Amino acid sequence: MSDRRLGWLLLAPALALLGGLTVYPAIWVIWLSLQYRIPVFSISRWAGLAHYAFLAVDARFWSAAGVTAVFTVASVALECGLGLGMALGLRGQRHGRRAAVALLLLSWALPSVVTAKMFEWLYHPAGGLVNFLLGGRPVNWLGDPALALPSLIAADVWRTAPFVALLCYARLLTIPAELYEAAEVDGAAGVQAFARITWPLVRPILLVTLLFRTLDALRAFDLMFVLTGGGPAGTTETLTVYAYRALFQTLQVGFGSAIGVVVFALVMVVAVGYLRLIGRQEASA
Amino acid sequence: MRAGRLRDALVLAALVLYAMPFFWQALTSVRPDAELLPLSHLLPSRLTLAHYDVVLRQSLMPRALLNSLGIALSSTLLAVGFGALAGYALARLPVPGRGVLLLGMIAATAFPQIATVSPLYLLMRALGLRDTWLALILANASFALPLVIWLLAGFIREIPHALEEAAAVDGAGRLAALRFVVLPLVAPGMASAALLAFLFSWNEFLFAYSFTATEASRTVPVALALFPGVFEVPWGDIAAASLLASLPPILIVVAFQRYLVRGLLAGALRE
Repeated sequence: MSDRRLGWLLLAPALALLGGLTVYPAIWVIWLSLQYRIPVFSISRWAGLAHYAFLAVDARFWSAAGVTAVFTVASVALECGLGLGMALGLRGQRHGRRAAVALLLLSWALPSVVTAKMFEWLYHPAGGLVNFLLGGRPVNWLGDPALALPSLIAADVWRTAPFVALLCYARLLTIPAELYEAAEVDGAAGVQAFARITWPLVRPILLVTLLFRTLDALRAFDLMFVLTGGGPAGTTETLTVYAYRALFQTLQVGFGSAIGVVVFALVMVVAVGYLRLIGRQEASA
Repeated sequence: MRAGRLRDALVLAALVLYAMPFFWQALTSVRPDAELLPLSHLLPSRLTLAHYDVVLRQSLMPRALLNSLGIALSSTLLAVGFGALAGYALARLPVPGRGVLLLGMIAATAFPQIATVSPLYLLMRALGLRDTWLALILANASFALPLVIWLLAGFIREIPHALEEAAAVDGAGRLAALRFVVLPLVAPGMASAALLAFLFSWNEFLFAYSFTATEASRTVPVALALFPGVFEVPWGDIAAASLLASLPPILIVVAFQRYLVRGLLAGALRE
């Protein structure tokens, strides 16, 4: 058998699975978003762009888009800052590195539903650790419209900053110590050494991580769905939660798919930016 | 030297503090019901296994643990099996459109589940797979597959060509070289890919929540999200169930850390 034939043969099972369960649904969802489809009433007819036209004037959609934007920007910024800080703290670690990395990755590896349940209990007005440590004031972290989104963001940052930290930490370990020694000879230490050596070398990794985290934040669903369910008063309802509710709670398959397509488009815009960045880094390497 | 040790200890202490939400949940899982609400003392007066008893004997958690384990192991096997074959083809064989396929794999890792969940739901229903293990095995495997292929293609490319050429000189065909030269060498890479696929499937919530209906196929995250309370929320029981749900991820970050980290770095840095 020729190598070419063999190549296709080895690819066939993977491509069949991906074709049927990833590519086909990705195209089908666009088709669905152009229809009125409400299975319980046996409604199934062409809608054209009606769902998108409705979304353009739908206050709930714009509110969800705003929540998604705030969640994404705030979470990603905090995760990158905290993650870089953790990586810098870990860099000098000589003893107990394995334990340190295990503690670091624990919060990242847990199911997000577990994280949601954990924070729901931590934030509990009467039984939660947070209020206990604040002196017993009964703050309703998840029930107060002004506090719910920041509380949700804090839980997300806790869960994902370790991912950023790990990537930055791995990069820091590859910077040769001689660079810092040479800088010290030149009179650069502390902040100056950070600005001249560490930052330029970590920045590309941080940028890649930032895009990665942006992708994940845009499509995040589990944490908010379980922790706040989009409430109170829609203040934590992201586009993904809105799409889920339309699909599976009000059973508007066409309309919910249209919101899914919007999330899809947003994610793909970020992904294309990411691929370009990779291309540029490879071209310059 | 001594300052270094102190610093190391401080960093570890800070990380323990960072993981406090988890340790607090662990403590909650052994705290007697009467001391949960309102919280008046940090440490409980005594420890109890009552919550674990309830979760293991009177809840759907044992069945959910079984479902999750079966589904996660099967989908991992499927993704790594198909992924190794495809990864080898993309790394070593003259497949036309290789570059486009690899680019497509990266793009597919970014697909949001919320966009494919509605067509997949309709597909699973049409195939009569609603509320079965198979629906989640297939959905989770296909979702993990692009990353697995990308990782394994990269790991296989790192293996020196000369080894396969030597095998060819000895009369081994492509498939024999794959079986006896490449696969043993890429085994650590397969472990990394398998851990990531397993974690994804174990933690996956949206597909599992949408495609399951009864305890026949409900996974751990779904059972936890739907954990029943009769008159009030059973926080102690939920904490115990959370701890059980966390055991495989804990095992992975502690016992298989090296493979996990390698997979994460290779997957994220895409070099």
